[in-house]
Amino acid sequence: MYPEYMNDSLNKVKETRNKRFELAMTGEHVYPPMSADERQDVLNSSHPDFKSDSRRPVTIGPNKDEILTTEVAEMLETHSRIDPSKFDLSNPDYETDLLIIGAGGAGCGAAIEAMGKGVKSIISSKLRMGDANSMMSQGGMQAAVSPTDTPPTHYLDAIGGGHFDNKPELVRALTEDGPEVVKWLEELGVIWDKVEDGSLRVRHGGGTSRKRMLSSRDYTGAIIMRALMDKVRNHADMINVLEFMPTVELIMDDKGQCAGGILYNLETKEYFTVKAKATIIATGGFGRLHIRKYDTSNHYGATGDGLAIAYRAGAKLMFMDSVQYHPTGAVFPEQIAGFLITEAIRGAGGQPLNKDGELFVWPREPRDIESSAIIRECLENGGGIKTPNGRVGVWLDSPLIEMIQGEGYVKKEFPAMYRQYINYNIDIAKLPMLIYPTLHYQNGGVEIDADCKTNVPGLFVAGEVSGGVHGRNRLMGNSVLDYNVFGRRAGRSTAEYVQTAKLGKLTLDHVNKHEQELKDAGIKTDQISPVILPSYTPESVAKRQLTAHLEGTMR
Amino acid sequence: MAKKEKEAPVQNMATVYIMGKQHDVPAEATIMGAIEYAGYQIVRGAGCREGYCGACGTVYRMPDDHKIYTGLACTTLVKPGMWLSQMPSIPSRKAIYDLDDLTPNTNVFLELYPEVFGCVACNTCTKACVQGLEVMDYIQAAKRGDIAAVMDLSFDCVYCGLCGIRCPAEITQMNVGLLAKLLYGKYLAKESKELTRRLEEVRSHEFDKEYTLLMGMSRQELSDRYYAREIE
Repeated sequence: MYPEYMNDSLNKVKETRNKRFELAMTGEHVYPPMSADERQDVLNSSHPDFKSDSRRPVTIGPNKDEILTTEVAEMLETHSRIDPSKFDLSNPDYETDLLIIGAGGAGCGAAIEAMGKGVKSIISSKLRMGDANSMMSQGGMQAAVSPTDTPPTHYLDAIGGGHFDNKPELVRALTEDGPEVVKWLEELGVIWDKVEDGSLRVRHGGGTSRKRMLSSRDYTGAIIMRALMDKVRNHADMINVLEFMPTVELIMDDKGQCAGGILYNLETKEYFTVKAKATIIATGGFGRLHIRKYDTSNHYGATGDGLAIAYRAGAKLMFMDSVQYHPTGAVFPEQIAGFLITEAIRGAGGQPLNKDGELFVWPREPRDIESSAIIRECLENGGGIKTPNGRVGVWLDSPLIEMIQGEGYVKKEFPAMYRQYINYNIDIAKLPMLIYPTLHYQNGGVEIDADCKTNVPGLFVAGEVSGGVHGRNRLMGNSVLDYNVFGRRAGRSTAEYVQTAKLGKLTLDHVNKHEQELKDAGIKTDQISPVILPSYTPESVAKRQLTAHLEGTMR
Repeated sequence: MAKKEKEAPVQNMATVYIMGKQHDVPAEATIMGAIEYAGYQIVRGAGCREGYCGACGTVYRMPDDHKIYTGLACTTLVKPGMWLSQMPSIPSRKAIYDLDDLTPNTNVFLELYPEVFGCVACNTCTKACVQGLEVMDYIQAAKRGDIAAVMDLSFDCVYCGLCGIRCPAEITQMNVGLLAKLLYGKYLAKESKELTRRLEEVRSHEFDKEYTLLMGMSRQELSDRYYAREIE
């Protein structure tokens, strides 16, 4: 339950609800959408990326002197986990056509498509297969399937949402493949929400000009991920999944081609070498780096590992100055702070409201705009509600959905959200949620083309770790589509690539070069990357962890 | 909102027993928060941390209570005196099949998961479910070949597997539910004619011209078109 002192504000939300309901039913915009200038103003004043210390130039590597998100620049300027001289690459532990790094949606999709072309693969997974942001998507996947919509309309929405920075060929691939992905997933067993005659049920998301959001209740990502995982598990002869074995460096050859990776067994602490004709990085995003100390909606392993290993191998990054904060993360109760509240709540008619129960932004602006408006309302306009733990947030009026869509809708369509709150005696069909933006998505990443190729031969990238698809701001539902579209494309293009690829002598020289660059730049640090897992050890424990040498039987 | 500092003073503490060892942890912590507060670096036993992936299934008992309780460590709050252990992995047999070759009827369960028919209707699985699902009811539905009911009742399953290790008939309920969902999505859901039409349009390159036009536009032209677009 909410603390008593919030009752006044809760009553105001209730008082304004009828008026807001009537306005919503007219079909008019419930609040004026922002113009291009208004959008720029709110980004400048309130988006976390625009704070003075949020970005700085990186001093080494392929993007040297380019402005990146500070925490990303810091991560790239760290040491490797390994000493290359200790590895004998002449006799690799595994040899395969295709190494896929990451077992989320993009990785599994790539393995399935490569298998379809007769190519075997090894998947290196840090946690279990499917422990990934792909699993957590609630609201849905965009695809232009309804008669009022077209793939080019989707293109315009996506590139406008990304402030026209997106790489056009990637946006075309994303939107044009959409309907095929819907069909492909259904063939794999995904249950799409449908209306009576079998048509796919579509909803709005932030920044969509047509209803285009497909869903599977609010377990969309989980249903998709389970179908992909089941397909992978049914073909262990073709796809070898190595769990708790993240890849900590790429291996190159003397011709500058990517030739596999070094895998680290998190439990036995062994390292293994994998020689592969082609490698796909599908490691997902970086929420667990807690950029600007934000809470995150991301899974435990989202530490940007793919960026670190690709960068050392010479891959160029794109748009790594941009971070997505999802407009609606939970801020109360404290135990679920940062948890995602699906954007589909707003798509179904939910509204963000200030402490007076009034709208202050159109509920369906693109994410960066909506988030910035919420931050502005809380930090500059004094419209926020403080929590007992010192956080601040605004209301997200879910009971309004029951009025618009009919009684029982919230519990039926948003079972995961309902369950999340009823644990704390908050019935979101009757009471609004208290929300604030949460660190959600890595907009940029390793630059790719429409075949998922990078500037490093033999190295392919797909999903959240890639850059270019979304420009500097992704729209809702385009990441689920992204991991499917580009995971499949990566699987197909690598399957073709390995037919003619010839590897030379394997080497880890790029790791030595990276260490030399650190030295030349005068960087002194004891940090290493990939980060692998975040640490939540409290200071009171950390100060007693005094082992002098991290060698031997016990740390 | 800045991430909360870990070292913020905590008033209310609770004593819990993590794998039998006593720790004082914040009274309002989740089990996962408590384990990390105590100083453990979790490797197995944490995934999405929001209740979707099922990596953090946990069993616990309370003082002076013989019952076994279950929960997801990420979403279950600690209680004073609880004795808890996370399940790092749950052995379960998943049948191997090609979905394309299956027929959606009772026989599919008989062939792939015959143990379903040994269900003794004890309801222990339902009691063990961290999601509060009617697990036994969907196993009974599987026996009847009612795939739609299995799909619906098992929809919110997070595959923590705790039902399966409590089951006296040794059924792996989560895999039965998954099979039903895949069969439903592939074979029983009504076909979308709109989707079929759209696929034909895409495959016959009907949108090529418009794509070429949009991709050739300057930033300003695109921007003008974007802000002038009609919103459904």
